[in-house]
Amino acid sequence: MDIHEYQAKELLARHGVHVPRGGLAYSPEQATYRAREIGGGKWVLKAQVHSGARGKAGGIKLCANDEEISSAAEAMLGRKLVTHQTGPRGKLISRLYLEEAVDIAQELYLGFVLDRKEERVMIVASAAGGMEIEEIAESAPDSIIRATVDPGVGMQRFQAREIAFGLGLEDSLIGKATETIFSCYQVFRDYDASMLEINPLVVTRDGSLVALDAKMSFDENALFRRPEISELRDKSQEDPRETFASDRGLSYVGLDGNIGCIINGAGLAMATMDMIKIAGGEPANFLDIGGGASPERVAKSFRAVLGDKNVETILVNIFAGINRCDWVAEGVIKAIREVGVSVPLVVRLSGTRAEEGRKILADSGEAVIVADTLAEAAEKAVAAWRAATKKKAA
Amino acid sequence: MAILLNRSTRVIVQGFTGKIGRFHAEDMKRYGTKLVGGVTPGKGGQTHLGLPIFNTVKGAVRETRAEASIVFVPPPFAADSIMEAADAGIKLCVCITDGIPSQDMMQVKRYMRRYRFEDRMRLVGPNCAGIITPGQALMGIMPGSIYLPGRVGIVGRSGTLGYEAASQMKALGIGVSTSVGIGGDPINGSSFKDVLKLFEQDDETDAVVMIGEIGGPQEAEAAIWARDNMRKPLIAYIAGLSAPKGRRMGHAGAIISAFGESAQEKVEILKEAGVIIVPTPSSFGDVVAETLERTKKAA
Repeated sequence: MDIHEYQAKELLARHGVHVPRGGLAYSPEQATYRAREIGGGKWVLKAQVHSGARGKAGGIKLCANDEEISSAAEAMLGRKLVTHQTGPRGKLISRLYLEEAVDIAQELYLGFVLDRKEERVMIVASAAGGMEIEEIAESAPDSIIRATVDPGVGMQRFQAREIAFGLGLEDSLIGKATETIFSCYQVFRDYDASMLEINPLVVTRDGSLVALDAKMSFDENALFRRPEISELRDKSQEDPRETFASDRGLSYVGLDGNIGCIINGAGLAMATMDMIKIAGGEPANFLDIGGGASPERVAKSFRAVLGDKNVETILVNIFAGINRCDWVAEGVIKAIREVGVSVPLVVRLSGTRAEEGRKILADSGEAVIVADTLAEAAEKAVAAWRAATKKKAA
Repeated sequence: MAILLNRSTRVIVQGFTGKIGRFHAEDMKRYGTKLVGGVTPGKGGQTHLGLPIFNTVKGAVRETRAEASIVFVPPPFAADSIMEAADAGIKLCVCITDGIPSQDMMQVKRYMRRYRFEDRMRLVGPNCAGIITPGQALMGIMPGSIYLPGRVGIVGRSGTLGYEAASQMKALGIGVSTSVGIGGDPINGSSFKDVLKLFEQDDETDAVVMIGEIGGPQEAEAAIWARDNMRKPLIAYIAGLSAPKGRRMGHAGAIISAFGESAQEKVEILKEAGVIIVPTPSSFGDVVAETLERTKKAA
């Protein structure tokens, strides 16, 4: 789960990391009022969306007076910011963050990630901040400092100190940098973060160390014990199709194709999507209905998939282990009758009680295209989709 | 004995009396697994499914000489249960639980290292389908009927995609020595490489099917190891060709976040290491059949 920059900064500031003075605004009036509260003569107005690379997309503006703040705020609010990270649909700007402008002497990079190879938290730092880490890795690979944390004892101060010295900071900044790195680690650990990135961490002209930007993501598996983080969820930043599905306990990822997918198991779901692609189609979504797929759950899945107006065909692929194909078949019929399915529907049932399931579909009298194998299911779905779009065009 | 599990492996169930634990315990028993008891703190002394319940894993090990444990404990408490098993002298632990926090798993992995390598428990999972040695024993949640006993090993992250592979093989008369689900989490007990090592040493396995997916370094690491150390044919499929970067595809670990983690990149790395690629998820059976045929001719 991602949070906004201002939320990450609040968390970090509470644990001793220095951030610029700033305030949240939902309207141009609030933004100008914030400027007065913050004081000074230069401010930065930042669109709060769950994405990096906001500057290039017009989501960050330097302002010197009320007029500039207010017109920048008006231009941003209610608009969708499209960055290379958001995809073409973009993300809605409904909150702005106004900050005092900082006089930058040097930009650094500081990141914390879960390193899957070492199975530990890894700290990544570089004196070449301001760029994305991939760019740093390409243009200044030698500047990257890495350290991993022993989960038995946690991060040690010497590790933070080594990084601070490694960044080539002046002696007067070593203490501050050590504290900053250490505090970030504590926030990462105490809130079950999966990613924390401060880019840039800046040295100001007056010799302080400030987190100019902050990005954080959290381990969704740990949210049960982090209600204070769950509270920071902003559904306006999510794909509404995904919000609908996740509120109903379904694992769903929206994509840009036309063939809706309802599958059990994440691996089989990915493989089925691959098969659709190989057969010449494009999947509209990833959807794993999970174990114990009751008829109600299947019907919910249909609602989630059909909520996407681009869906022109549905493919159901179930390999039942814990699941039972007869229940899935009942769910399919229930969905057709209750939800209403006006697009072609291809169903492949395999595993536990597959025969019974197929019989239920055949006896129902509903227009269900039945397939026996994975390849056949994908081919039939793509063929049905082609026929349907042809009919639509004619 | 195939690998890890056979008909004489003495198994206990942690989270024995919960709904899910009970359902699968019955299923495993029916399949022939030597279940010897279970653990549910607070219910020690009672019996369940005709088997003794213990308060602690240590108690269960002492009384039943259990050597393996399968964990169905809910996510907030699962890491604790795995560590309890490790400390009680369990040799093989399969954790089915989906949704364990990453930091908990980091601690589990760290904790397990306090034992000497010879005494260290082998963990499979979490968030996995478990282990089956067809015709002998089941320590997992897979439907036993889709596996034919035989001589091809399967190791994969996904449960249902593993079923797909096994049933395609069965349709062609090809059986499985052991199938191991290592799970879809970013931090897991046994890696692909760990399981390949076991299959390579197993006299009853002739070839291995590896079913990987997007995210993480394990498939590439396994391929490099196989190139340098494996004499048996390794056949692999990588799921997630159509997965966009930065999106989590169901499994907590199925996300492309670094170079080399996309399906296309992994397939390239595997090919370069000489691994036989299954080009589509509907051709597991055919590729395995061709490979076995070719190996037989070469011999």
